[in-house]
Amino acid sequence: MKIGIPRGLLYYYYYPLWRKFFETLGAQVLISKKTNKKIVDNGVKNTVDDACLPIKVYIGHVMDLKNQVDLIFVPKMMSIHKDEYICPKFCGLPEMVRSGIKDLPQMIDTTIDFHKSKKKLSKTVYEMGNYITKDRKKIDFAFEKALKEHESYKVQIKNGMLPIDLEDHKIFKNINLHRRKVKILLLGHPYNIYDAYLSMNIIEKLREHNMDVITQDSFDTKVMNEKAAIMDKKIFWSFGRKVIGAAFYAMEQKDIQGIIYLSSFGCGIDSVIADIIERRTRRNSDKPFILLTIDEHTGEAGINTRIEAFVDMIKWRGKNENNFSTYGKNLSTR
Amino acid sequence: MKITFPHMGKTYLPVKAMFDDLGVEFVVPPKNSKKTLEIGTKYSPELICLPMKINLGNYIESIEKGADTIIVTGSCGPCRYGYFVEVEKEILKDLGYDAEFVVLEAPNGNKKEFFNRVSKVANTKNMMKIANALKNGIKVLRKLDRVEESILKLRPYEKNKGEMDQLYNALIKSLEKSTGTYQMAKVIDQTQENIESVKLDKNREILKVGIIGEIYTIIEDFANIDIGKKLNELGVAVHKSHTASGWIFEHLFYNNIGSTREKKVYKAANPYMKTMVGGHGRETIGNAILYAEEGYDGVIQVMPFTCMPEIVAMSLLPQIQNDKNIPILTLIIDEMTGEAGYVTRLEAYIDLLRNRRGKHKNEKMLSWR
Repeated sequence: MKIGIPRGLLYYYYYPLWRKFFETLGAQVLISKKTNKKIVDNGVKNTVDDACLPIKVYIGHVMDLKNQVDLIFVPKMMSIHKDEYICPKFCGLPEMVRSGIKDLPQMIDTTIDFHKSKKKLSKTVYEMGNYITKDRKKIDFAFEKALKEHESYKVQIKNGMLPIDLEDHKIFKNINLHRRKVKILLLGHPYNIYDAYLSMNIIEKLREHNMDVITQDSFDTKVMNEKAAIMDKKIFWSFGRKVIGAAFYAMEQKDIQGIIYLSSFGCGIDSVIADIIERRTRRNSDKPFILLTIDEHTGEAGINTRIEAFVDMIKWRGKNENNFSTYGKNLSTR
Repeated sequence: MKITFPHMGKTYLPVKAMFDDLGVEFVVPPKNSKKTLEIGTKYSPELICLPMKINLGNYIESIEKGADTIIVTGSCGPCRYGYFVEVEKEILKDLGYDAEFVVLEAPNGNKKEFFNRVSKVANTKNMMKIANALKNGIKVLRKLDRVEESILKLRPYEKNKGEMDQLYNALIKSLEKSTGTYQMAKVIDQTQENIESVKLDKNREILKVGIIGEIYTIIEDFANIDIGKKLNELGVAVHKSHTASGWIFEHLFYNNIGSTREKKVYKAANPYMKTMVGGHGRETIGNAILYAEEGYDGVIQVMPFTCMPEIVAMSLLPQIQNDKNIPILTLIIDEMTGEAGYVTRLEAYIDLLRNRRGKHKNEKMLSWR
């Protein structure tokens, strides 16, 4: 049996878990191609105009898979933490996929909802496993193995690797992590920042400018939760909590020189979270902040220009750009 | 402490009556206008939805008039409405306004805190007094909703055009002058009677259209550019799927009541949408189906630009359109929406509905062979 996993949305957080789970159960797993022009175009054509880019791209990935597999894995991920949601569009994802694409193979559209508690976890896992085998012991075993894979993946991320480096088992070039002097915090939904095509390879671009890129996933969860709790009202989006926590933490870190927020046009969560972060960064710290918005029309040249300008600004800061020499003194302080 | 609150339809009238009953000082924000929207748009994040832009405009205009405390209801996602307050706090802080927010919700299920907040706003610890005022306020709101519902239903039939508008405008004027819920309820009852006795021409061919979509844009006529009246003038009877009183129930009591209508809506939506999607996405789907089954000629979805739950609902509407054989029009509204373009789309849509109805009639006539 062939199972297709679209390379979109929360794929970048959970693919080791999903892949290991289905493979241990004895299914063959096929992951859609890396995002390319065709996938984006297909997605844009088959989704309502007002959906955000990641959703459109996801639909494109499903289109890429639909004729090659027996089952497609499109979970209805409503909530992955207590009292938190992900995004309304995730709650209706299988429905949106179904209404956008005709002649789909069978879909694994299990509802994942831990809003009240995680009690339903094993039930959810069985529901997913049932598509392949009815043997509960086998499912338990597969899930345990998958969980181990997921934990080791999480450890690697916390050690400073980014999902983009770990994909395709790339033997990473940057063994000496943090060898670069300047550290930049890149914020954004995982499906925006880790998708090399959508983000226009922003991570590599920053690295080329000799900057070390860290993201909200590189921080300790505990620290981030503490920082996010500063807000008067608990943030009810799992992603929002993470990003706000990371941003507030970064504001106090001396070694982080700037914050970049990569948002997709029309994202409701970003409109709220990015604004709060921007205002707080400007008010409470001297760190430069930039908001980059992408959609299906974004030209790479424009993004490049803005990244370069941002990088230049950070570099100039190091050179005392604000230092006006008094009469008779040298202009440069070096 | 001078209290203010955001506008939503005509809710300001019952709220005003309630505060009068409680003897609280308050500022009614100036009516929604272009200026309100302009202020809101200027200071809000670019991609936030229209309701917050208008709300923010309301707050700033009220603060300029002397308000220092803002009361709003809360919610816990995933729709971003629940996080408006946090953004607004940041914005007002940056602008240098000193206003305090009181969110009427139970944070993390803490009921005591909820009562603390209520009694702080109401300026009394006497829960009976508060409950009474609230009960009467909701009563007034319900009556007002009923008046509006009747007008939207009956206005296209009226023999002498403008009669109902006159009654309604007179009602709003006298309500703005009256104090207390008791007085208001009396005035509204009188108007309800008057409206029902307006002379009607029942022979007219009137279409029936249901309005679905995001609740704020449905209720607030400034946001939907008075869609009800516009459709009435085109000879269409209108029913709105959301009312302000229903909303108050839902937000103040977290809707554990589960009214019969709601169960019906969820049941209807079930084949298309099994779970909630936040906001009123599921209700939008369910109501579209119910309207189709109740024999409406068409359904119009109104929503603010980038509204997340409604986008999910919107992507399912084409399916319903095919399955239930009912034309559905989606109108997306933001601060750039021009009235002329909006009206053109409505007119074209109503033309389509009329032709459709005519076609069905002719089909029957031609079926003699």
